[in-house]
Amino acid sequence: MGNDAHTPDAAASVDFEQVQSTGQFQELRKRHRSFVFPMAVAFLLWYFAYVLLADYAVGFMSTKVWGNINIGLILGLLQFVSTFAITGWYVHYSNKRLDPIAAEIRNEIEGHEFDKHGNRIGEVNK
Amino acid sequence: MIGIATAVDVAALKETTLLNMGVFALFVAVTMVIVFRASRNNKTAADYYAAGRSFTGSQNGTAIAGDYLSAASFLGITGAIAINGYDGFMYSIGFLVAWLVALLLVAELLRNTGKFTMADVLSFRLRQRPVRIAAAISTLAVCFFYLLAQMAGAGSLISLLLGISDWGGQALVIIVVGALMIMYVLIGGMKGTTWVQIIKAVLLIAGAAVMTLWVLAIYGFNLSSLLGAAVETPNNPAVLNPGLQYGKTETSKLDFMSLGLALVLGTAALPHVLMRFYTVPTAKEARKSVVWAIWLIGLFYLFTLVLGYGAAALVGPETIRTAPGGVNAAAPLLAFHLGGPLLLGFISAVAFATILAVVAGLTITAAASFAHDIYASVISKGKADADTEVKVARRTVVVIGVLAILGGILANGQNVAFLVALAFAVAASANLPTIVYSLFWRKFTTQGAVWSMYGGLGAAIVLIIFSPVVSGGATSMIKDANFALFPLSNPGIVSIPLAFFLGWLGTTVDKKREDSAKQAEMEVRSLTGVGAEKAVNH
Repeated sequence: MGNDAHTPDAAASVDFEQVQSTGQFQELRKRHRSFVFPMAVAFLLWYFAYVLLADYAVGFMSTKVWGNINIGLILGLLQFVSTFAITGWYVHYSNKRLDPIAAEIRNEIEGHEFDKHGNRIGEVNK
Repeated sequence: MIGIATAVDVAALKETTLLNMGVFALFVAVTMVIVFRASRNNKTAADYYAAGRSFTGSQNGTAIAGDYLSAASFLGITGAIAINGYDGFMYSIGFLVAWLVALLLVAELLRNTGKFTMADVLSFRLRQRPVRIAAAISTLAVCFFYLLAQMAGAGSLISLLLGISDWGGQALVIIVVGALMIMYVLIGGMKGTTWVQIIKAVLLIAGAAVMTLWVLAIYGFNLSSLLGAAVETPNNPAVLNPGLQYGKTETSKLDFMSLGLALVLGTAALPHVLMRFYTVPTAKEARKSVVWAIWLIGLFYLFTLVLGYGAAALVGPETIRTAPGGVNAAAPLLAFHLGGPLLLGFISAVAFATILAVVAGLTITAAASFAHDIYASVISKGKADADTEVKVARRTVVVIGVLAILGGILANGQNVAFLVALAFAVAASANLPTIVYSLFWRKFTTQGAVWSMYGGLGAAIVLIIFSPVVSGGATSMIKDANFALFPLSNPGIVSIPLAFFLGWLGTTVDKKREDSAKQAEMEVRSLTGVGAEKAVNH
């Protein structure tokens, strides 16, 4: 039966390989990956560094900084802060750098259909 | 007013049973009305499985929080902090940071490429049959273990909250919880389930916020003096430092690494969390959902830090340990200490609502996976119409509900953490590598997916069977035998890298190539949202 997830829709007869090879799509893909991959690596490293410290550097984590607040608690709370910050950063980046170009490509595909040679054929009534 | 002089009289808890039941009955009545109203528009498969894709990002984000903050989060983490101090806090961090995986790598791309289930995405550009079957099996496995944990948890909660301690009485309550859940899901579908989760999330977060402010007010809004009191009551300075629970031996330290890995990678692979992304109209709303969920869940875990240390300071670890329900009793005992029977009644009712909402979400996910992936796509080979598929889904709900009730009765009294850890580890091992590879690795093949999913699922389950949680220890499921060949309680540190490796190996040695047109289609769709299912208008 093939994949039933997308029928019927405006994009059924689109030549996706042609769209994939356009500079515009390559740019979107590059922008997406150049943000999410380094960010994913960064927060995972930071998280595991924290877990390792809590696991193997108990003395360091127990150092009191202010009253009963120790380094462990501060680093733990910083995990919350960094999670919130990355969330906000990603939303900002998507709104500015990803959404406009994605919408452009989407409108182009849904407005015009591509034939197998990448030429636009006919307008789809919307 | 501070200290053990005002320790909670545990016997007095039973006098509030009627009040607890009253508040819970009110919650059930209100949500039932909403579920009935919401269900009037349930016509198509998209209505039943994905609530017509009509929820907004903020509504869905709240529902995700309601789905995710299970009784294990609320009662379990508060109790863990009250008893084990800092080590309990590290659970919250793993559970929260995990959402970044969902936000950055999974949520939007999944919303753009799938329709109802996780398998829609995984089988998009690979061979349908083998991948769909594997994805459905791992979905059912994860949901079933998570369900068992919730139902078993319901049993032990009851001993505390309703004062029912005999086996028959607890079994009866598990049956009632299961029957209510079946009603919600059968009648309300995804829409009803979502509303139950939204209401529950609001109640839970509001209740926790009130208690948090109350505890902080007692200590003049000074976190340091709260921590000081938490050290003073049990006279144990170690509660503020890491290692009280996991720092005992080298094995337990490694076990914590393994747990940390499973927590942070498991969330974005939990099928019931993934399915929630289909209830919104666009990828942008899916992103908004995760942002809402991260804020709500993060805020809630900050509350549990105060509640956990508050319970340690005001109730005391000794009182908590010896109370019926043990560690799980910390939050209810704190509520009783602060606001007497009324606050306890409210918090207890919220705890029940929590179990109900989570169980409903799991059930509809499992039913959708069976009906959509196994029945419609594999058994009837796509010839079944949507009506038949929904009919099958509804029947599956009843079957799963009955299985969950029976399993919950049998698992009552078992080690609940074992089942939850199994669900997270299985999700991270069986699902995450294939999700990541199929979204980001062009060359990924069917063989890689099948090896990774079955390999990850099998390794996780086999390692747990041969771990100390099943046999050989004082807290094991089977105490009299010892076949614990694997020293760690959590298999993640072995099974997750293994599943990633198998996905790579299966692909590299695969002589077949996948359809490059399908790969192009998936990539374009996932990033742009072309042709993604829109909201259903009624």
